[in-house]
Order: sequence, then structure tokens, then C-alpha cells
Amino acid sequence: MTEPLLDVRNLDLVLSRRGGNVPILQDISFQIMPGETYGLVGESGSGKSVTSLAIMGLLKKPLKVSGGQVVFQGQDLLKLRPRRMRDLRGDRVAMIFQEPMTALNPLSTVGRQIAEMYVLHQGKSWREARRLAIDALDSVKVPNPERRVGNYPHQMSGGLRQRVVIAMALACDPDLLIADEPTTALDVTVQAEVLRLIKELCAARGTAVLFISHDLGVIASICQRVGVMYAGCLVEENDTVALFSNPRHAYTRGLMGALPRLGSRLTHGRQRLVDIDSVIADRSVLTKTRFITPRGAANGESA
Amino acid sequence: MTGTPLLQIDDLHVRFPIAGGGLLGTGRRLLHAVNGLSLTLEKGECLSIVGESGCGKSTTALTVMGLQEPSSGSVSFRGAPFSGPGAPGRMQRAKAVQIVFQDPYASLNPRQTVHASLAAPLRLHGIRSASEIADRVETMLINVGLTADQARRYPHEFSGGQRQRIGIARALILEPEIVVLDEPVSALDVSIRAQIINLLLDLQEKYGLSYLMISHDLSVVEHMSDRVAVMFFGQIVEEGSWQHIFANPVHPYTRRLIAEIPDPDVAIRARDPAAGFTDVPLPQGRSFAMDGSNTPDVFTAPTPSELVEIDPGHRVRLSLRD
Repeated sequence: MTEPLLDVRNLDLVLSRRGGNVPILQDISFQIMPGETYGLVGESGSGKSVTSLAIMGLLKKPLKVSGGQVVFQGQDLLKLRPRRMRDLRGDRVAMIFQEPMTALNPLSTVGRQIAEMYVLHQGKSWREARRLAIDALDSVKVPNPERRVGNYPHQMSGGLRQRVVIAMALACDPDLLIADEPTTALDVTVQAEVLRLIKELCAARGTAVLFISHDLGVIASICQRVGVMYAGCLVEENDTVALFSNPRHAYTRGLMGALPRLGSRLTHGRQRLVDIDSVIADRSVLTKTRFITPRGAANGESA
Repeated sequence: MTGTPLLQIDDLHVRFPIAGGGLLGTGRRLLHAVNGLSLTLEKGECLSIVGESGCGKSTTALTVMGLQEPSSGSVSFRGAPFSGPGAPGRMQRAKAVQIVFQDPYASLNPRQTVHASLAAPLRLHGIRSASEIADRVETMLINVGLTADQARRYPHEFSGGQRQRIGIARALILEPEIVVLDEPVSALDVSIRAQIINLLLDLQEKYGLSYLMISHDLSVVEHMSDRVAVMFFGQIVEEGSWQHIFANPVHPYTRRLIAEIPDPDVAIRARDPAAGFTDVPLPQGRSFAMDGSNTPDVFTAPTPSELVEIDPGHRVRLSLRD
């Protein structure tokens, strides 16, 4: 069995306040294998984004990790000095966010922002970095890269901006890409293009992806393995096909029943959508059970 | 489909003057937001307009609400003009058509209690008795799944789903016949979305409401609609019953929208749903207008095309014979 690229072990995270800590994440454990696309799915406030921030060492007070390890390529990121962590970010681990405009500097051309990655992390000259930036724009299928390299972010559409952010993220060939709702702000057809792009590029380079989304459909279309988060807990984890065809946890089942499915009305007529609150009277029991099925063992026993 | 439809939109055009064009940047250009849109809405049905950002679906909704004057064309309600000369005043219009917005937080006054937000339209429409107002507000809150005592609270005290319920209550308090739903569940989490969709369908049945829904989410559209119109750059490219659109989409843009919606079942089956659609032979010498493969210039009037009925009630935009 190969070593996992990222091994999150029993991660606990709290919001520290006078008078005691409020638990935000409880005992989160999951592994991402090299080249694997792993999805974290959950509703607002389930803790999926804060998990990714904890991995990247980007938590702000009053949030803090209170236990567990984040082992990346054999070293515990939580013990890394801030300086070493900064070198790692953008180089070995890269991130893309929902809103590309916030990730881009409006006062600088996109070419310069991509080139910066090569200058800072790989010590290239600006002249060479600019050439590499054009190649990077070309690789994310931005039309006319020679011309676009001189564009400012506001001169581009949302879909193009997100491509620029992807080009920046993949510039240094990271081993892990963390994508936090990267297509949520985009139109359906643009979303499909950006998803295809992430899929193709990461498969070609062997980049592992931690893909965070609230959208079960997006998760199903891009991930090999999925963890379902609810109220700060990872309540179910399984290979994608097994998870969607045979959800075992009550919350996962509720979530899937709450989703209008394309084509379902044609085959089954209009079914009333599942109202999780009426199916599960006491939501507090949901975090008490967990169904973690090992990789490749779709019908294994729960851990 | 006989008699006068409840709402009829006829050859609607909306153009916006955009400053800054021409050689010196001082010229004015016309942005063609809606180009010759015709639709009817029958009593008790849900008609959805689907399309992506900038296709003109929200402009169409605003025109129906009377918040946007058409450049040409007309909107009529029960056969009487609803826009332009002879249109009813705001007060009458408010009793006919109301709207539920995407973001309930942005559309509720943060300084007004829920009671004040719901009572204001009743008072404006001449109901003086405080007890009658309180009764109607209370009944409406219960109808949308809230409790009577929540009327004294302010919008920030509610969750997103509850706020959307308040938005729905406010739209229904005057008992309108048509409710425009502008992306009513797009901002909500999956479990809350299901509750609001169920509520909207229950209310539609209970009050015989007619919905004009604006949405980009085709799974929600399939679930809720009776008829669907697909818009692309200001024009309807395909229109039909929900069965026509979802079982037998014909226009390439409709097929693309359906194929690219991320749906767990489709993704798991790992096949291209478009491959399952059967091609319909087009009339001799005709081709699809605006097939969605390239972006038309919004500043020039579109090339002539027409909606052709290929099956009763199922219309597709084809280029005019050249």
C-alpha cells in the first residue's frame, strides 16, 4: 500500500473564548493518496472550509487546532515553522478559492501575477517567468495567451479569471491542490469547462486534489473518494460510486433525498423532496455514528 | 390552452443605452437585452425561464413586475394591457403580480419587524382594522411554516431558510395571482432548499398560484415546472412542456445545459446524457439559430430567426430560410 500524500489524523479544532473552548471540528481523519481527487461535501457551517484552512496553516484567532496531526509527505504541517509553511504554500500545496477576484490583485496584470510564482518559488528571471506565464495561460486554455498576459483581472470574465487562478496554483507543479468551491460562482456551462480543466490538468501532472463543495453533483463528477461533513464531524466516507449508490449514514441519505435529481421526475413522477428535519427529529444524534468504508471495499464494515 | 391566458408577453424588446462607444468613447450603444420574447402563462401553472448570466431572464421578470419599461412589445394581464399606455397603477399591479427574490436578506428591511413588513402592503391596500391585519399576518406566517409569535422579530434573527419563508409570506400577503420567483432557492443549502421547494409547491396547490420562475438550476426547474423556456442572449431558443425539454431537448444549447448540469446520477452513470437524445430532422434548408457555440454580439440586433413548432407546444428557434 502506498503512503498517503496527506494524512489528517484526529484533527480537533476549537474556537477559543473566555470561559471555554467551543468545538468546531471533532476528530477529523482522512487520507489523500498521491494523484487522488478527494471530495469534502457538506452544508454551510459543516466545517469543510475550516478544515482546508487548518491544513494550510491559515487559521486566524480565535480558531486554533487543539489536537491531531496533519502529515504531508511525512512531516507534520502543524509543527512547521511559519516561514517553512510559507515556502510550502504555493509550491507543494496550492489553493484555489470560490471568488477569483479576491485571489487576484486588481492593480497588477495577470501575467505578472502568474510570473511571480516562478520568480518567488523557482528563482527564475522575470523575463523567463513571463514566457512561462504565457505557457501557463495556454495550458489552462485561455485564448490568445500572448495578448491576455497583459490583461488586468477586471478585463476578464469570471470563467477566465478562474482559469488564471488555476494557472497560478499549478505553476509550480504542486503535489496537492486544495480547491474550495472553485466553480460555485460560475454559470453551468462555464463550471463544466473549469471542472474538466481541473480534472485534465491534475490527471496529467499527477496532482492530488482536495475538492471542497456543497454541490453533490460537482463532487460526484470530479472525485474518486468523498467524505461527508456534518456539524464539524466527518460522518461518512467512501469511494464515490459506492457513496452515491449506497449512502449509509442517515444524514447522507437525507441530503441525497433532499436533492432534486435530473431525470427523476421523468422516470418516477414528482416525488416530494426529503425534509431532513422531519425525517430526523434530533439532529444531535447524527454526529454519534460514522460510516468510514476503506478504499476499494465498497461494502466493507463501518469503522 | 383556450381563451385569454393569465399573462401574455408579446414580442417584448428591452434595450439599454450604454455609454462609451464609438471612436472617442462618447457614443452610445444599445445593448439588446431581450429580443422579441413572447410567452404566455396560464392560471395555476409554473413556467420557468432558464438560462445563464446575461441571457435576459431577470430583465424579463422585471418587465413583468412593471419595474422595467419595455422598449417595444407588450405585457398583458387577463387580456388588458399591463405595460405602456392603459396600464394599471402600481397598486392594482401589486395585487396581480408579486416577486420572491433570491436573497431574502437583501430584500427585507432590517429595521422592520416581520409584522411591519407584512402589514405594510395590507395597510396600503386599505385594510384599516389592526385586528384584521394581525389575523392575516398570523395566518400567512403559519402558511409558510413559521409561528405567529415570530412576527415580532427582525430579519437578522432568522436563518436563511426562515428568511426566504418571510420573503414568500410577503409576496403572498396580498393574494396575488402570479408570483415571480427569481432564483428562489439558489442561495440556500441543500436541506433548506428542499424545504422551500416543497413549500412553494404546497402553496401553489393551495392557492392556485401561477409561478413565473427564473432559474439557472435545471434540476430544480425539472422538479417544479409545467413548462420551460430556455433563453440564450435575449431570445428563447427552445420552449415546451417540461417533458419536451427534459426528455426530448432539441436545441443544441438546451442539450448542452442539461448535459453539463452536475448531477450525481449522471456523473455516476459516467456517460454523456446528450448521447441519449435522438436528433429530430429539421425542415429542409433550416438550421438552429444561435446554437450556443459562439457568443453573439449583444450590441447588434440579432439575425432574423423564428420559433418553429416541431411538436404541439414544443418550439425551437431556427434560422430563417436563406
